Amino acid sequence: MIYADHAATTAVSPAAIAAMIPYLDTVYGNPSSPHLFGQRAKAALDDARSRIAHCLHADAKEIYFTSGGSEADNQALRTAAMIGAANGKRHIVSAAFEHHAVLHTLDALAREGFTVTLLPVPEDGILPAADVAAALREDTALVSVMYANNEIGTVQPAAEIGAVCRKRGVLFHTDAVQAAGHLPLDVQADCIDLLAISAHKFHGPKGIGVLYARRGITPKPLIFGGGQERGRRAGTENVPAIMGMAAALEEATAHLPENTVRLTALRDRIIAGLRAIPQSCLNGDAVRRLPANIHFSFAGIEGESLLMLLDSRGICASAGSACASGSTEPSHVLTAIGRSRALANGSLRLSIGEECTEADADCIVQNVQEIVSYLREAAHWNEN
Amino acid sequence: MRIEETAMKKALIAMSGGVDSSVAAYLTQEAGYACIGCTMKLYDNEDAGIAREKTCCSLDDIEDARAVANRLGMPYYVFNFTEEFREQIIGKFARSYLCGMTPNPCIDCNRCMKFEKLLDRAAVLGCDKIVTGHYAQVVETAQGYQLRKGADAGKDQSYVLYMLTQQQLAHILFPLGGMPKAEVRKIAEEHGFVNAHKRDSQDICFVPDGDYARVIEAQTGITPPEGDFVDTKGNVIGRHAGIIHYTVGQRRGLGLELGHAAYVCGIDAGQNRVVIGDSKDLFSDTVHVQDVNWIAGTPPQEALRCAAKIRYRHPEQPAELTFIGEREAVLHFDVPQRAVTAGQAAVFYDGDIVLGGGTIVTK
Repeated sequence: MIYADHAATTAVSPAAIAAMIPYLDTVYGNPSSPHLFGQRAKAALDDARSRIAHCLHADAKEIYFTSGGSEADNQALRTAAMIGAANGKRHIVSAAFEHHAVLHTLDALAREGFTVTLLPVPEDGILPAADVAAALREDTALVSVMYANNEIGTVQPAAEIGAVCRKRGVLFHTDAVQAAGHLPLDVQADCIDLLAISAHKFHGPKGIGVLYARRGITPKPLIFGGGQERGRRAGTENVPAIMGMAAALEEATAHLPENTVRLTALRDRIIAGLRAIPQSCLNGDAVRRLPANIHFSFAGIEGESLLMLLDSRGICASAGSACASGSTEPSHVLTAIGRSRALANGSLRLSIGEECTEADADCIVQNVQEIVSYLREAAHWNEN
Repeated sequence: MRIEETAMKKALIAMSGGVDSSVAAYLTQEAGYACIGCTMKLYDNEDAGIAREKTCCSLDDIEDARAVANRLGMPYYVFNFTEEFREQIIGKFARSYLCGMTPNPCIDCNRCMKFEKLLDRAAVLGCDKIVTGHYAQVVETAQGYQLRKGADAGKDQSYVLYMLTQQQLAHILFPLGGMPKAEVRKIAEEHGFVNAHKRDSQDICFVPDGDYARVIEAQTGITPPEGDFVDTKGNVIGRHAGIIHYTVGQRRGLGLELGHAAYVCGIDAGQNRVVIGDSKDLFSDTVHVQDVNWIAGTPPQEALRCAAKIRYRHPEQPAELTFIGEREAVLHFDVPQRAVTAGQAAVFYDGDIVLGGGTIVTK
């Protein structure tokens, strides 16, 4: 099997598993317990918080653990909206190609009386900071632009957008779920006020993520109960998962330079191979994209058939985002960058991982080439 | 090029999440096919204008289908056909109603989704057969394929399959065709299928609450205007709420107090009128049928005797069938039939054999 769907989720790394195990069966105390056994878990939790903060160039007090990226995005947007509303600012700027965790939260905020400007995205899949600057109003409370797109992998000019926002006194949130562990993140250099990451995208466990909220921004709780996370997120901390996440993020951060070089070379090898397919197009900028993301559209085929045939040959890929049923949904990202319906329907996302070899890359290319040409020629029984 | 060469014949099972298609999957596997299970996602809740789960395409049903496929150890996929379904099925349903007809969208879904789009998928996946849980039988004869009624008379679904062509029949398996429903449930129980006791679906899947009018208005953005109820002589006798609220033969919900039982016996979309009559006005012996599919291939030149059904639950009645064009025919029933309804299907039988069928039109 070749797993080329790392943007969906990744394997938990051995280092992350090793970091988790003691907190499942040995140091299993509740960090809120007053006894020393519980306090050992609390100490581990604090340590993990500091290490994660370090990877993001943040302070430990700015790190809040959540159940994952979606919760962190929800909480970030609601926090910024509440702060804005308290100052009479009820306008939010975001982009049409955001993840649904952002778009659907913005829908909810719009129903609650906020005005949302969703900026169109150019064909290269990169939102210019100038477009963000031009959309700001006196009453703009928040800008939310993802660090890197989850479907087409394009990397956004976060530092420029952050600088624009900081200058204009507008909060900047970025969904960095696809970026963490894959791109260097520096919340200070990029002037990021709120940021969301999710452990399972960088070889950590599922069900755990981080909301970074810059000092001075108090997250608005979504979940009420105990006083965990300094009263901002109730519920007993998932200590094993947090330990796994910290280990995974440190590992990814440590190996980032060499992984980037290796994955970028493999990515470009696959892109070159798929570009040789007639009537194909790469979606998103060829250079300013995640090191492991390859996203193509092929005219005249159905993406669902391509995915299934790849699956039958042991290659796991994706067409973009999937709904809960597991069916392929029409991509709002491809629509946002102006791809026609027909091209959007024939799309393929490959997201490779560190274990990918040149032979794997060539195998992927060969199989996609074969299947695309088969699908274009396939005779259908209903056609006479 | 053949994808995934395998010694076993491959079959694509259309699984709704219900007990019938689940047992069909099991029987196909038992018959020695390498099976792939799939469910067509046909609409989103917004298309149905309602957030409700007990419908054939809801997430719950997909989970049931997936559970059965997992239990049988077969690969399983969900195909997103929502766009085609919205245009070709819900859209056509709405347009037909707006033209004063009462369509049968299940027939269109079989025609355009199951046995066209899904059959194409099966071909692409290297599957020789497509399998559904319909109660009907395909029989290969020297003259070609025959479609026959399901052996369980109470469950026979051949009516909604009259549109099948020879080419399609060659690639279809109906494993439940020879089986009573009770046996199907028994097999499901024996194998611990999650849906062994699930109720049969009754409604049109995308109108789970039966409120057609709301779905039509939501789809088209058209709210048909009120208009006149007229009697069979054309005299205005009241006001109707918009033609999509009525179907031929309807008695309830007319809001007319005429002192005698009144029925809808015609819908005139052109003049936005609904014609009201009494019971005897509902009967007619002549039925015009268009878009006729003749399963054997070439339609007969001469008039022929058959038995015909003019709606799903209509017991078939003796009639004479005469083709007046390649795909157009007239049925003359021996005895006048009640509530012949434009948009419904007329299906012709010779005993258990389905000869063909088409869409009833007003002439």
